[in-house]
Amino acid sequence: MSLATTLSDTLVLAGRQLRRIPRQPDLLMGYTVQPVMFVLLFRYVFGGAIQTPFENYAQFLMPGIIVQSIAFGGFVTALAIADDMKKGLIDRFRSLPMSRIAVLAGRSFADLVLNALQLVVLIGVGLLVGFSFGASVGNVLLGIVLLLALGFAFSWVFVLIGLTAGSAETSNAIGFTVIFPLTFASGAFVPPETMPDGLRQFAEANPFTTWVDAIRHLFIGGPAAPANSDVWVSFVWIVAITVVMAWLALRRYQRV
Amino acid sequence: MTRAGAACRLARVPPSDTAIEVRGLVKSFGDVQALSGVDLSAPAGSVLGLLGPNGAGKTTAVRIMTTLLEPDAGEVRVAGLDVRTQAQALRSRIGLAGQYAAVDEYLTGAENLRMVGQLYHLSKREAAARATELLEEFSLTDAGDRVSSTYSGGMRRRLDLAAALVVRPPVLFLDEPTTGLDPRSRIALWETIEERVADGTTVLLTTQYLDEADRLADRIAVIDHGRVIAEGTADELKAKVGGERLELRPADPGQVAAAIDALAPLLDARPDGDALGSDGVLRVPLRADAGGVAEAVRRLDAAHVGIGEIAVARPTLDDAFLTLTGRPAEEAAAEEEQA
Repeated sequence: MSLATTLSDTLVLAGRQLRRIPRQPDLLMGYTVQPVMFVLLFRYVFGGAIQTPFENYAQFLMPGIIVQSIAFGGFVTALAIADDMKKGLIDRFRSLPMSRIAVLAGRSFADLVLNALQLVVLIGVGLLVGFSFGASVGNVLLGIVLLLALGFAFSWVFVLIGLTAGSAETSNAIGFTVIFPLTFASGAFVPPETMPDGLRQFAEANPFTTWVDAIRHLFIGGPAAPANSDVWVSFVWIVAITVVMAWLALRRYQRV
Repeated sequence: MTRAGAACRLARVPPSDTAIEVRGLVKSFGDVQALSGVDLSAPAGSVLGLLGPNGAGKTTAVRIMTTLLEPDAGEVRVAGLDVRTQAQALRSRIGLAGQYAAVDEYLTGAENLRMVGQLYHLSKREAAARATELLEEFSLTDAGDRVSSTYSGGMRRRLDLAAALVVRPPVLFLDEPTTGLDPRSRIALWETIEERVADGTTVLLTTQYLDEADRLADRIAVIDHGRVIAEGTADELKAKVGGERLELRPADPGQVAAAIDALAPLLDARPDGDALGSDGVLRVPLRADAGGVAEAVRRLDAAHVGIGEIAVARPTLDDAFLTLTGRPAEEAAAEEEQA
């Protein structure tokens, strides 16, 4: 299978996914409205009670919510892949003389578009509730690249979950019992220093903390969000997750 | 013997007129043996029916023949190509339509067909032209720009079948193509399949419906518990159950004994007490060379037995399935579903 064929098959499948987006308004609502609800809840319900090194909680919160939403947004991919398996579409694709990875890669690339859309909505809402960029334009752009790369990496996590679970219900269970809590046991919503021993160490080692701190630095900067190793460590995590998950997903795809 | 000579002998190339060739196919899932040594063969341009209850192994066999699943043992060649070593080349020569109507319900009929065309590596323009052609052929032109979730069950199956035919593959696999369809849609789909066969396509069809196999298949392999338990034409399978059966209701119920006496030379054995049903109809198997209903009427007439009703019943595939598996097709299906 040549690279050109793989690329063109991937584009055909990405086109399929993008065509579906405007025809699933319920999905689109979930993609945009749910994170906005989270912003409002945390900002106004919990915000007053949480002490952070930032001047207001919106500054601390927005990078956390954005990282969580971008990572977890790929969740719809698990549902879509599980649905494709159940409906027999994966069988059809596997019986065609096409590239094996294109079905999965097409999905991940389409997710990039959804994630970009989600990012626009979240940043817009963030600005309305008191968030402001403090860093240079270059850093903000690097932060956006990091977020899209993160979303891409997590698409592969959810592709693997969808292929392994084989049903939307099981994918749902795995997503909400494993991955969703992982985003909370991090520095996304409260500083890890306030957590009890054990959980604190876990939160500090959690890559979600690294990603959120990297975005705080790239979007806000200043003494509360100093530059340290977070940015490049974030990219290392992202590349590692993408490579391992894509490899596992492809192996799984060939045997479903 | 030279190495080249040995290689020639080993690389057994089936004659080009054999579209499907399966030898000793074995497949297990854990402890469950789904297929335990299946042999199948279909000449090019013919329809091979795989008949059996749910869970018999039909779908597993199709998944292996269409490269979706690797066999544990055995040799499988489709369109002359080996499923293991020539899978990618094989995929461009087959079409698969499944029992789940594998179309994207958020895409329109036309979009579905164009996508499949492009994945068979037709150019964008060729894929679009072929999609238009197929929509026309499958009476879906008016619905072509509607998302397929709005289609009826029969329309979705037609779209699914059209998707399998985008590149006019020489070998077509249909896994229970009419399961769950209403009778009118079934007949329409049968006619469509018959048109493909008339064009020279080889079809492998799995079904649990005896009438479907009877109507479409040139040869039928009956599968049960992962084995082919019988193979032949519909007529040959029916013949295994026995020949024609004469059904006679004498005008005067008192003449049953006289009728049996008159018919005795046409029968293999003298009928026992079960031959006379509670409905007053005498049912007896006729010898194949007995001369059929005409001879029976002549003999009854000569013996002055008045005939109320007379008919010759040919055994159905249902009877054949019952004889071969020891249980009726529907009961077998229900039993497998429970298991």
